[in-house]
Amino acid sequence: MEWWTLSPEEWTAVRLSLKVSVWATLASLPLGIAVAWLLARRDFWGKSLVNGLVHLPLILPPVVTGYLLLLAFGRRGPVGAFLADYFGIVFSFRWTGAALACAVMAFPLMVRAIRLSIESIDRRLEAASGTLGAGPAWVFATITLPLMLPGVIAGMILAFAKAMGEFGATITFVSNIPGETQTLPSAIYTFTQVPGGEFGALRLTLVSVAIAMTALLASELLARRISRRLDLE
Amino acid sequence: MTLSVSIRHRQGAFTLDAAFESRGRLIALFGPSGSGKSTLVNIIAGLIRPEQGRVAIGDRVLVDSASGQFVPPHRRRIGYVFQDARLFPHLSVAQNLRYGRWFTPTADRYVEPRAVIDLLGVGHLLERRPAMLSGGEKSRVAIGRALLASPKLILMDEPFASLDDARKAEIFPYIERLRDELNIPIVYVSHSVAEVARLATDVVVLSGGRVQSAGPAASVLSHAYVLPEVDPAEAGALVELELLEPDDGYGLSLLRSSGGVWRLPRIDAAPGTRHRARVRARDVMLATKRPAHVSALNMLAGTVAEIVDAGPSDVVVAIASGSDLISARITRRSLDQLALKPGSKAFALVKSVTLAGTGPAPAGDDRQ
Repeated sequence: MEWWTLSPEEWTAVRLSLKVSVWATLASLPLGIAVAWLLARRDFWGKSLVNGLVHLPLILPPVVTGYLLLLAFGRRGPVGAFLADYFGIVFSFRWTGAALACAVMAFPLMVRAIRLSIESIDRRLEAASGTLGAGPAWVFATITLPLMLPGVIAGMILAFAKAMGEFGATITFVSNIPGETQTLPSAIYTFTQVPGGEFGALRLTLVSVAIAMTALLASELLARRISRRLDLE
Repeated sequence: MTLSVSIRHRQGAFTLDAAFESRGRLIALFGPSGSGKSTLVNIIAGLIRPEQGRVAIGDRVLVDSASGQFVPPHRRRIGYVFQDARLFPHLSVAQNLRYGRWFTPTADRYVEPRAVIDLLGVGHLLERRPAMLSGGEKSRVAIGRALLASPKLILMDEPFASLDDARKAEIFPYIERLRDELNIPIVYVSHSVAEVARLATDVVVLSGGRVQSAGPAASVLSHAYVLPEVDPAEAGALVELELLEPDDGYGLSLLRSSGGVWRLPRIDAAPGTRHRARVRARDVMLATKRPAHVSALNMLAGTVAEIVDAGPSDVVVAIASGSDLISARITRRSLDQLALKPGSKAFALVKSVTLAGTGPAPAGDDRQ
């Protein structure tokens, strides 16, 4: 076997990381759009509090975020127990927990990108759409959403990249179980902790770099295609 | 269809306190910038909710603060052509045009895309994005988009302010066709006398948030005192003319107003067609006796209707000639020397006339 061939265990970590990151990104997207819209467009009581909460994972030590998740979403945590009893959704020591940790950590980045793109939309276009007979929901679906698409894509790519690299909160919340919660960073960390693990760590590092680069290129390409379509005067 | 507006709305230090009623086909909201024209239009469209008052088209109430009624913009069926076109940048011209139509129930649609595209001459632009259009093309697409929502009223807020005169000249015929071929009232915001003189059937003059005068275009525009604030050089009368003879043998056309016969540079049109001429007050001289040996072609007999101050040395004298009011800007010294008073006979010598488009068909036939 050549040194660059991934072992089955390493493949498992790569696949798990991709699955966790895709789920984290897609599942948090609707909430991300909603929160970004609220923060960009609405004034409500407690707005700064919501804004602070959303951005908290960005400044808290990831271990702290992970521990708070463990307290809230663990088997005995208030939210975790409720979800397990009524919906059968279990987060602790499952890949779903890893996805949750990644989503929480990536959320501020996603919201920020989407919020910026909402704020850059010319609201007079929405007024124009209203005079043409479109109710608020239609205005959002046909004008606001398409015009904020570049920001949504940027936010998704950022969130995906952040999720691929999330380590601290994930390992604190759902530990480091091969095949269930051992994502790429966790696997690399494990390799560096055992004698003779250097090549494994190097291989997975290269995979990480390749995935990150692909994501970045894809977002560039998409953004360029969209901006060419919009091509604002 | 009667548009009735009666509102009071405060916006910062500015108060709009306007009331008027009009059955015109093209009602021009006319006044200097800051007079409240755009606020008024936005209130009619429903984009601004007035503090007090009522707006209704016919018997359909759009907003009434007394009864708490407020129809949101998307249920008003009012086509709004914005000053900056506001085409949707992510949609093609064709998609922009069909946008409002899509929200209009089939039973309420009264125009077909094909007809509008032909009327506005935008057929060759359908596949383009708005960013690839010129200013004039954008304006035309914006008009088409508003029209295809089959509105019950069209609002135009200085839609051509950003266009040069050549582009405007290109678009005005389309507006005249809308005015004459569709039976929907148009409210047209402008601060240009020339535009209003050319397009309007009715005029509402706004100044400092109040209605200064309102009524049929010819009578409002002829009352000189409403205009100096806008642009003294443009103040004057609007005269409706009927073509008698396209050529009198000297390359001049013979036309008739309610006050007499006019000779104007040759007009290529059929006898009986209606035209509009703008006579600026500074281009009119007055005489108390019929002058015999003068080069002026157009001379109208009338009586002095009113005399209005116009600056330190000048006055504007309005001469009633038939049903027209022709105003002349003369010095106070001349006024005294001629001893003009309201009621005295006078002759207006018109030095120059600007044709301001074809006149709308006589009022009264389709104003229901």
